Amino acid sequence: MATTAAPTGAARNGAGPEWGGFEENIQEPLSSQGGGSAVIDMENMDDTSGSSFEDMGELHQRLREEEVDADAAAAEEEDGEFLGMKGFKGQLSRQVADQMWQAGKRQASRAFSLYANIDILRPYFDVEPAQVRSRLLESMIPIKMVNFPQKIAGELYGPLMLVFTLVAILLHGMKTSDTIIREGTLMGTAIGTCFGYWLGVSSFIYFLAYLCNAQITMLQMLALLGYGLFGHCIVLFITYNIHLHALFYLFWLLVGGLSTLRMVAVLVSRTVGPTQRLLLCGTLAALHMLFLLYLHFAYHKVVEGILDTLEGPNIPPIQRVPRDIPAMLPAARLSSTVLNATAKAVAVTLQSH
Amino acid sequence: MAEAEESPGDPGTASPRPLMRDLKAVGKKFMHVLYPRRSNTLLRDWDLWGPLILCVTLALMLQRGSADSEKDGGPQFAEVFVVVWFGAVTITVNSKLLGGNISFFQSLCVLGYCILPLTVAMLICRLVLLAEPGPINFMVRLFVVTVMFAWSVVASTAFLADSQPPNRKALAIYPVFLFYFVISWMILTFTP
Repeated sequence: MATTAAPTGAARNGAGPEWGGFEENIQEPLSSQGGGSAVIDMENMDDTSGSSFEDMGELHQRLREEEVDADAAAAEEEDGEFLGMKGFKGQLSRQVADQMWQAGKRQASRAFSLYANIDILRPYFDVEPAQVRSRLLESMIPIKMVNFPQKIAGELYGPLMLVFTLVAILLHGMKTSDTIIREGTLMGTAIGTCFGYWLGVSSFIYFLAYLCNAQITMLQMLALLGYGLFGHCIVLFITYNIHLHALFYLFWLLVGGLSTLRMVAVLVSRTVGPTQRLLLCGTLAALHMLFLLYLHFAYHKVVEGILDTLEGPNIPPIQRVPRDIPAMLPAARLSSTVLNATAKAVAVTLQSH
Repeated sequence: MAEAEESPGDPGTASPRPLMRDLKAVGKKFMHVLYPRRSNTLLRDWDLWGPLILCVTLALMLQRGSADSEKDGGPQFAEVFVVVWFGAVTITVNSKLLGGNISFFQSLCVLGYCILPLTVAMLICRLVLLAEPGPINFMVRLFVVTVMFAWSVVASTAFLADSQPPNRKALAIYPVFLFYFVISWMILTFTP
């Protein structure tokens, strides 16, 4: 590159300190970019291409290439000096190393201050408590307007807090049912399940939405699904404490169904074409309802087998007979099937002492 | 820090004065947590020694013996440690994003120090569990843990509330509530 030729030319005369090649190379492009500010413009918020990140990525790539060229020039420079004076070689190589270190450190700190700058996320947390409250309530109310795209609030505070709340409720359910986790920990499993669902299913539905030409961005999908977890939190909180299968199914249909319908209505209003609507909304509805079912049965009442629920007409819901009890559990546990989960924890604590 | 310099001739006297000074500072902050008032001491000169001591103590007490290893797969020490530190980091990032003007380490310091009541609750629970089991046992532990949980939340609110915009205090306090709730739950359901 032209800018490196002049400094290396000057260094060939043997004067080390004059060679300030790296500073010039790096400072030029960035000064034209306005100092590498980390604040992203608001208009680019909904842009899914992430263009501002691509710009900075190109910039860094260019800087890296320049450094590689300068290194190559420095390597040639060293060979040239070696033929001449050995003293200068040592001094020059030290300076080269020093310059490389400085340049590398500068680049790294610039990259860190850009990508680790949490100001990028700040607009998504700009909410008031009243707004969060109203959005929580609205997430349970489906709106039937499907001819015009329904508005989705693009914020991440509410969804993130709901995921953490779900983690806390799941821990409560796992502890009171003495779930046995062989690999990993209870905490890890709960966090992995909840965050995995939120991020994974959002990404999957966003991908389907992309295929079906739906007008929704990733942020909006994350927010929509996050608020949809409010129904799950309510159902699990109630049914982990009052364990009646009929009650769970009622809540599953009612509360789970309402929050699913709300999300489905929003997606339908943003998709064109019956096949696309069916695919997108059917997938989301199935995943959302099945997740609630999974959370209830996988992490709660591991002692009772699934066969119980199929014998509904013959056995009243309160007098369940536990099946598949592992041999190592104390026999006294059999007598406590009629109590609810919290009282059961007390019973377990008593028996284990 | 002039006190940190020691004369090069005697390596044996490995700076007792800064150690005592640090311990005194940690103790003073413990007192501030136990009697929470709106004060800036925790925020002004933050340090992470206190949170580390408390976290390690709590994690050691929550570690079960290896005889019970089939009930919980992984080591509880690691679980508690990770929950405390990543929980504190998450709450700090959240409060900064909501517009709080508190620095990262100040917030970590406050959240870590406010675990002190829950550590005391753990000590009491351990002692209570040595006594005879019974519903009274569970009720006593439930009462102690609930009181200490409320104390932790109130203490951290006293320190953190001023750094938030006035209309968003509830948004910043809710994750703190969840954080101490999870720790309280781990303490309450601990069986040795």
